[in-house]
Amino acid sequence: MARPAALKVEHVGIRFGGIVALSDLNFIVDEGEIVSLIGPNGAGKTTAFNIVTGFLTPTHGSVNYRGTTLRGLKPHQIADIGLVRTFQRTSVFPNDTVHDNLLIGLHRQSRVHLSEAIMGPPRARRIERKMHEQARELIEWVGLGRRIHDLAGSLSYGEQRLVGVALALAANPSMLLLDEPVSGMNASETHNFIELVRNIRDRGVTILLVEHDMPMVMNISDRIIVLNYGRIIAEGSPDVIRNDPAVIEAYLGRGAVRA
Amino acid sequence: MRLTVSILTVAALASVPLWLRDPYLMNALITTGIFIIGAMSLNLLLGFTGQLSLGHVAFFGIGAYVSALTSLGFDVGLPGGFRIVHEPWPPIVGLGLAIVAAGLCGYFVGRLSFRVRGAYFVIVTISFAEVVRLVALNWVELTQGPLALNNIPSIALPTPGLGELVLRTKLHNYYLVLTVAVISYVLIARLVRSHYGRAMRGLMENETLAVSVGIDVTKTLTLAAVISAGIAGAAGSLYAHYIRIIDPEVFAFINTVTMVIMVVSGGKGSLAGPVVGGLIFGLMPVFLRPIMAPEAQWIAYGGVLIVILFLLPRGIVPSLGQLLTKPRGRVTVPNVAAYSKRDAKEPA
Repeated sequence: MARPAALKVEHVGIRFGGIVALSDLNFIVDEGEIVSLIGPNGAGKTTAFNIVTGFLTPTHGSVNYRGTTLRGLKPHQIADIGLVRTFQRTSVFPNDTVHDNLLIGLHRQSRVHLSEAIMGPPRARRIERKMHEQARELIEWVGLGRRIHDLAGSLSYGEQRLVGVALALAANPSMLLLDEPVSGMNASETHNFIELVRNIRDRGVTILLVEHDMPMVMNISDRIIVLNYGRIIAEGSPDVIRNDPAVIEAYLGRGAVRA
Repeated sequence: MRLTVSILTVAALASVPLWLRDPYLMNALITTGIFIIGAMSLNLLLGFTGQLSLGHVAFFGIGAYVSALTSLGFDVGLPGGFRIVHEPWPPIVGLGLAIVAAGLCGYFVGRLSFRVRGAYFVIVTISFAEVVRLVALNWVELTQGPLALNNIPSIALPTPGLGELVLRTKLHNYYLVLTVAVISYVLIARLVRSHYGRAMRGLMENETLAVSVGIDVTKTLTLAAVISAGIAGAAGSLYAHYIRIIDPEVFAFINTVTMVIMVVSGGKGSLAGPVVGGLIFGLMPVFLRPIMAPEAQWIAYGGVLIVILFLLPRGIVPSLGQLLTKPRGRVTVPNVAAYSKRDAKEPA
């Protein structure tokens, strides 16, 4: 397993006023790996996500993706180097159809110059047609084919999550960060989603996941990182984490460990 | 289908001077057309990026002054003993410079204020319009201040073999305005249907998500501001060369409000909205004049606007469009954008 490291988070810390949200966070995600970041509410998981994707600037420490330092890059520039995320709550453009959502998501791949967009030469129209095809393919691929002409805001939560994932994939990422993707999904939707994530990984996309659904995390992850109070308390394969006393304590309290 | 409707509309508008001889009505149509061009440019910002420019008339006025001064010439002293003397150039060059100058102003205003959006953008644009108005009022050597720039020449088109065609009559100006309006409409339509337009819509609906899929906020919004300002500048130039006299009152806040009313009543975010809203509010004075004093007309405008927005809250064109497409089984959703704005702040 000598896979090169994709994402390196080194000594990252952030404080909001006097509150230390993350202190000295260190972890590595290798190419092609599925890594989960878990921990109780308020442990700093989403904060870590926001730092990696450029929505927050860490107080100290650095994040590295494939050799590029992310410090000072804006979120859209980070998306440009292949690091794309999804969101917990608002994962779609609600007033557009699913198809148009995907077209917005394909923005990064639509390299049409302004003058071409306005004059509409054959090349621009060809690219435009290709975008429409790609949008359709991605929607079919995540299994939303029959919802393609519905407004994204009218979809169920589970379906909106899928649109969110399709949107992220439209940006053609080499690494995908999923923020609680299965919250609001029922058991069978979750089951399908696990398959979907595996398929995405098989396309060569590295995956970092924040999730509360433990069966899903245990099922899918190559490696799990456990956060509590802004620091890493355990790291390892699902089997190791399942039996780690520090983890059990963090989730269930001290009494549970002794019991 | 959409193309047929557009062609028929343009043909109908082009045929108007053939049967309408009343100069007063022609004048109303021409000024309405000029304001519709302004409203279309405002709609690009307000309807497609969600940024309300309440100083939009600044770009219109800058276009008017730049074009007028280019064609009239000027001679001003600058601090340090410099003098700038400009000989009159053809008005058509003025039109081009008006677009460039207004576009540049759009660039700077956009760059400055898109760092802080929403209410701050509104305030910056209002202030910008007021500053420009004060400059026009007080830099008497250049602008004649309240004395107004007058005798602005009409636009002349160079025609091959026939010398110059001076667009002096109402008939000429009607077709000139119609041409510029059609060009602006097509330009905006092409833009918003391209991936640039989709980026704008994405930013308006869910900025955080848009950014995360790689959309550059500053670039996209600045582009919209530049094109919007440029078109407003063109409208201003047409205004200057048609009315042939301009004073700092072109920068009046009420002119911005007129454009906003046109956009909102017709339907922001729809291409035809400003045209429909513009025709209603531009031509209303014609019908109200026999029965109402000019001051009372403003009350009537307000009343009509309230009625329109009460019956058709999203504006005339989108609401009617929705009625027509309803059988296709689209789910109507309450205005989610208003709520998602708050949610979009998630990562903070």
